[in-house]
Amino acid sequence: MDPLVIGDRTFESRLIVGTGKYETPATMLEAIRASGADMVTVAVRRVDIENPDRDDILRTLNPREFALLPNTAGCYTAEEAIRFARLGRASGLSDWVKLEVIGDRDTLLPDTDGLLEATKTLVAEGFTVLAYTNDDLITALRLEDAGAAAVMPLVSPIGSGLGLLNPVNIRIIKSRLRVPIIVDAGVGTASDACVTMEQGIDGILMNTALAEAGDPVQMATAMKLAVDAGRRAFLAGRMPRREWAVPSSPLEGIPG
Amino acid sequence: MIDIHVNGKTRRVEAGTSVAGLLRELDLDGRTVVVELNRQIVRRTEIDSIALEKGDRIELVHFVGGG
Repeated sequence: MDPLVIGDRTFESRLIVGTGKYETPATMLEAIRASGADMVTVAVRRVDIENPDRDDILRTLNPREFALLPNTAGCYTAEEAIRFARLGRASGLSDWVKLEVIGDRDTLLPDTDGLLEATKTLVAEGFTVLAYTNDDLITALRLEDAGAAAVMPLVSPIGSGLGLLNPVNIRIIKSRLRVPIIVDAGVGTASDACVTMEQGIDGILMNTALAEAGDPVQMATAMKLAVDAGRRAFLAGRMPRREWAVPSSPLEGIPG
Repeated sequence: MIDIHVNGKTRRVEAGTSVAGLLRELDLDGRTVVVELNRQIVRRTEIDSIALEKGDRIELVHFVGGG
């Protein structure tokens, strides 16, 4: 498949996956490998002093195998998100950030003012910013102007699995921005991933759809194929939609 | 001995303990742990030279699973 280019990096896979909510680290690793993703998101949290191994994702993930994309999940202000981004970078493992500034606990929709402010600051500090946002064109354009390396609209709320609710908005965003559009959040199953990729967007970031699947490894394989299928269908160009049937077999030469 | 706050909990350490000394005491040296001292990130090159002071607030963070 044609590679995905974000900032100064090229990725073989158009699928980026999260590392949260898996039942075991072994399942997570197997699912990530099955997904074919070469970049994974991680969160920044306190070390459990009594048991430092417990949540340490680097016990399971080798940063030489997967590019790490630290997130700012759980941040409700630009200031908090900037702090989390700096903490992630101080690991020495990544100066990329999946920037989230959340505006509402029930919907986890972004606070777009805070998001723009944090984007400007972090871009000025040399971060490669991938901004989680809603499916609003104006915010997406402002994020691009602010220097985001990729704009990442949701297709439905984080963790909802509702799939692509507004394909028109996603296509509008894709048609008007130059930076890659990575759909982040909302994909629930393989058909969602496929139809989302068919809109022409550059990639998909997902977590819950894999982690909460009955068999995360099987679902990861399905998502890999669905993203590939959707991309290829987009590149191929679909046939026109018609209201009436058109026969596929010749009307001439029907035996009398 | 002085009291400091590590990840929200009070901890008693020898006066003069460095950031690196605290990490050794907690058996966290050699791990990918980022240290924030009173909201300022401590660079790796500084961990030996910075001595902890009474009331210091330290956050020790690392990467965990997330989406």
